[in-house]
Formats: sequence, C-alpha cells, structure tokens
Amino acid sequence: MNKLTRAGLGLLMTTAVATAQAEEVRIGMITTLSGGGSHLGVDVRDGFMLAIDQAARDDIEVLIQDDARRPDLAKTLSNEFMQRDEVDIMTGIIWSNLAMAVVPSVVRQGTFYLSPNAGPSALAGRLCHENYFNVAYQNDNLHGAMGAYMREQGFERPLLMAPNYPAGTDALAGFKHLYEGEVVDELYTQLGQTDYAAEIAQIRASDADSLFFFLPGGMGISFMKQWQNSGVEMPVFGAAFSFDEIIIQAVGQAAIGAINTSEWAHDLDNAANRAFVEAFREAHERTPTLYAAQGYDTARLILSALDEAHPDDQDAFREALRAADFASVRGDFRFGPNQHPIQDIYVREVVEGADGKPTNRLVGLAIEDIQDVYAEQCRM
Amino acid sequence: MSATLLIEQLINGLQLGTMLFLMASGLTLVFGVMGLINLAHGSFYMVGAYVTALTTASTGSFLLGLAAGSLAAAAAGAVVEVLVIRRLYQRSHLDQVLATFALILIFSEGTRWLFGSSPLWLSPPDWLSGSVALPGGARYPVYRLMIIAVGVLIAAGLYLLISHTRLGMRIRAGESDREMIGALGIDIRRLYTLVFALGAALAGLAGSLVGALQSVQVGMGEPVLILAFVVIVIGGIGSIKGALLGAILVGVVDTLGRIFLPALFGHFMSPSEAAGVGTALAAMLIYILMAVILAFKPQGLFAAHD
Repeated sequence: MNKLTRAGLGLLMTTAVATAQAEEVRIGMITTLSGGGSHLGVDVRDGFMLAIDQAARDDIEVLIQDDARRPDLAKTLSNEFMQRDEVDIMTGIIWSNLAMAVVPSVVRQGTFYLSPNAGPSALAGRLCHENYFNVAYQNDNLHGAMGAYMREQGFERPLLMAPNYPAGTDALAGFKHLYEGEVVDELYTQLGQTDYAAEIAQIRASDADSLFFFLPGGMGISFMKQWQNSGVEMPVFGAAFSFDEIIIQAVGQAAIGAINTSEWAHDLDNAANRAFVEAFREAHERTPTLYAAQGYDTARLILSALDEAHPDDQDAFREALRAADFASVRGDFRFGPNQHPIQDIYVREVVEGADGKPTNRLVGLAIEDIQDVYAEQCRM
Repeated sequence: MSATLLIEQLINGLQLGTMLFLMASGLTLVFGVMGLINLAHGSFYMVGAYVTALTTASTGSFLLGLAAGSLAAAAAGAVVEVLVIRRLYQRSHLDQVLATFALILIFSEGTRWLFGSSPLWLSPPDWLSGSVALPGGARYPVYRLMIIAVGVLIAAGLYLLISHTRLGMRIRAGESDREMIGALGIDIRRLYTLVFALGAALAGLAGSLVGALQSVQVGMGEPVLILAFVVIVIGGIGSIKGALLGAILVGVVDTLGRIFLPALFGHFMSPSEAAGVGTALAAMLIYILMAVILAFKPQGLFAAHD
C-alpha cells in the first residue's frame, strides 16, 4: 500500500512538472539501435544528441526508442509518442519500409516529422506533406549522382548489382536515370545474402568495364571481402551506404580504391563540418559516418527553427524549417518545393588513412544541386 | 554461357555444399543420437567466428584462430549441453524448439553486449588470399578451394570416426536404440555431451572458415541454420551420408539456380523482369527441391531409422 501511494505521488508530481513547463519541446526519436544495421541508428542518435548537447537548452526533451528494424514496432512506438508522450516533433527512422509505415499517419495527425535518413520516393512525390521534411536525401540521389559521375568519367559498360527489394530496384533505377546509357547487365541478389561467389563468377564472365553496386550493411562487407580475393580487376563504384567509415573498417584493405558518392564527407572543408567532426571524434572516439552528419544536421535544423517559433505555432515553425537557416555540415543546403534537399553530391575514394586503416577521402564533386525527380508529383 | 563459367559455378556450389555439410553433420548427429532439435546450432557457428576473429587479431595467426574458434565452440556446446540441453531429451520437440530458440536470443544478445553490433574484422591470411588459375582460364580464390579441402577432410574423418572407432560404434548404437545402449553400461550422459560438443565444434569451424569470407556479426548463424535444416531433411535426419549428399545437392542447385534461372527467363522477358522473376524463383529453388524429394522419399534420401 505504502509503495502504491508513493508511486501515485510520483506520478502526480511528474504531471505537475509537465504542466509547469508548458513551453517545453518534446522530440521523439525512433531509430534502429539493435539488430542488423544498427550502426546506422546509433550514429544518427549520436550525431543528433551531439547537437542537442552543444545547444545546452533546458527546454528540449529528447525521447529515444529502438525499433529493432521492425515496421510493426516502429508503428507502435510512434503511436505511443503521439498519444502518451504528446511529442511535438518526431525523427530518427533509418529504413524506408519503416518510414512508410510510420510517417504518413504521423504528419497527417499534425506532428512534424524530420527524416534523418530514409527518403522513399513516395514521400517525396505522391505522399508528400507539409509537416514532413527530409534532411538527408531522396533515396535515388546518391545512386543517380554516381550514374552521372561514371558517365562523365567515360565508363561505357557498367554492370549493376543490388538486392531484389524495393530500395534495391530503386537504386538501380536511380542510377540508370542519370547514367543515360546502356548497361551490360543487372544482377539482383537476395536480401541478406552473404555469399557472392556465383555473382562474382558472372561479373568475371561479362565484358563489363566497371561495377556499380548497392549492398547496404553486412552484405557490402561480405561482397567486398570476396571480391578482393576473386582476382577480378575492375573498378568498383557505389553509394556511401556501402562505404561508410564503420563498414570499410570491417572490410579492411579490400575496400581501398572504391569510389563512392555521398552528400557529405568527413573531410569536407567548411567551418561547421570541421567543428562537428572534431567534437564527434572527441565524444565518441571514432570518425562520424554520413548518418551521424545527417542526425547532426537534423538536430541543428530543429534548433534553428525553435529559435523562431514553438512547434505549437505550426505555420511559423514550418516556415522556419523551410528557411533552413542553419550552417549545414554539408555546406550549401536548401529545401526544394517537396521539402527534400537540393544539394551537391560529392565523390569520395577509400584510401589508406594515417593509421593504416581505410578511410574515405574527398575527391570532388559528382553533381551540383541535385533534386529528386519526384518533386513534380508532389502537390502540397 | 561458357564452359568456364559453368565449371566455376560448379566449384562454387561444391564450396557452399561443403560448408553446409560442416553445419548439417553436427545437426543431424545431435538429432539422430539424442532426438533433439537444436535451433541454437547457428549460435555455435557465431561463437566460432567471433573467437577466431578475436584470436587472429591478438595473435596474428589465422590457424591458431581456427583452432581456438572450433575449441571454443566445442566448449560452449559442452557447457550448454550440461546446463540446458540435458533437461530437454525427455521433453517434446516443441519444448526443445522453445528452449533452443531462447538460447539463440541469449547468445545473440550476449554477443552484442560484449562486442557491440558492428561486425568484427577477419580476413584470410596472406598465404590463402589471392586466386589460382583453373583449367579453362578462369581464376578461382585459393581460400574457397581450401574450404572445399577442409570439408572433404572432415567428411572422411567423420566417416572413419563413425564406422571404425569405438566412439563411432556407440554413436551408431545410440542412434538405433537409446535405452539399450544405456542398459549395456555405457555412460550415455557423457556420450551425449561428447556428441553435442563435436557437433558444436564442426559448426564453430564452419563459422570460422566462412567468417573470413563474409562478415563476423551477430545473427550470422541463423540464415545458414535454415539451409542446414533443409540439408538434413533432404538427406534423411540422422544420416551423415545423407547430410553430405544433401549439402552438395543444395549447394550446387542453389548456386546454379541463382545464375541460370534469371538468364533462362531472359530469353522471353525484359531483362529487369527476368531478373526479378528469376531471382525470386532461385530463392525458392532449394525448397522446391526439398518438396519434390520428400514427395518421393518422405524419410529423405538416406533415412537413419529405416
């Protein structure tokens, strides 16, 4: 009985505190912190929280939950955030299939959602919404930029490879859209496949002059290790998802020489980025990935908008988000009409770092001010 | 489709098959001798890979890592058998599935807790990296040839062990009549622990070998476990010979299917459609194979309890 009374009192007190701070802003983050590919979610969280900690504001509360890469769990968590915690802003989702399960209903019910990673085509086009902002990219961006870059570099017979699932087929479609030429072949692998001997034999037997692949997470690690030992000599290209700092550490020497496209690089030369990379390394003793940069930018965008208005004042807050008045670690950053970024995509090469371990080095610009092709389907 | 490509794919299938055999032989022994369905077999695969990665990183010797990985998996198997599995022999298969599924979760979360969720780094040593020329001009990775060789050696070793040693005689006796072998005064509990540890060691060896080729991470064992179950169902549960034949069959069919089905559909479909349909069908192919074999031989190719 005594325990129960105490618990009841405690509950009353928290309610009282919540009412006292009516101006407080609550941010709900649903991201992948366990299971396959959890390093993406961990980096988004760490980047996001770094910016929040740096801001040192006492009126912001961030609630973080793990979706374990499960759409049903993400959906449940988002309902809890909206109904129980009454969050003002949601963010965090890594995977496009989870985003599709959560985002449409969240924004329809009047909560803001800022995506730090997933950028499925439907949310950029048909299902775009005034409360949905994508701070990372539309999924096609990095693949398309690589298509343009390889075309420009004079490759004429690329062979494409991706897992047989929506983001995989989208990736190859995005590549072909800006490559504008014939490709030798398209190989579709199984999602989660770990052995690529059969595909490597096929690549060897083809007359391709280059390989473009999209194999996120552990799939890319397995493939690159097997590729190195196969004796096939062919330049390898991909999007940054297959070559983030954590993946290339696991791949080791096999990753050296791979060319990849990213909207951000840790050695991109601007003041905001230098400060971010230094602070992140200090806090976490590792080099941030693009996901950490996206988390950081998302938080800084929110902070910049909070300086203008509270999310309860929806129109003013939305205008402040649209203005994107913050120093992005990517340099130039602005939103297109569908509230997805219009941004430069860079080319990076995996090289041997000072400590002998592989790391990404900025090589140049792949494409300037890329905008997704779905913007015209968006009626807002 | 050139002959070199075909040869290379056949070797790829053989390599996948020998790796599956290492997994399936332990699984089928444990089922044959103790009548136990062990879903946690994939966890020993993961344990082997992790210990190999750690040992190789700290000592610099891949061979030492391999030995440590197999031994650690065997030790983990023995401990798990004494603590948990021993209580399950008399229970129904459903209880066994529940308990060993719990073991998967414990092993996975434990590993994540200890080593984090990023993959560990493990690569073949320098003397096993690179490739050699095959007859016909294609090049083939040395490391994969080594896996085939190890698989063949293990298969021969298991054959000798089971058919020519006292331990093998007891294992065979255990398979045919569990009560009788106990009544004859053989310490059945020790035999069970030994067989379980042997199975775990083989899974650990498979994990170590494959870890250097793929990535060493939490949950790496489960996809292989599913294939290993297909193998023992095709081969006949409890039969080592069946496991060997089933493993090679599954390896070759899976590998060739993945390559030739999309190409086959390419003759009368657009390339992207053919890739989609072909890949989807290739993923189903081994299950179709299993269904067909079970339709004609419900006990599998070599049923142990005929």
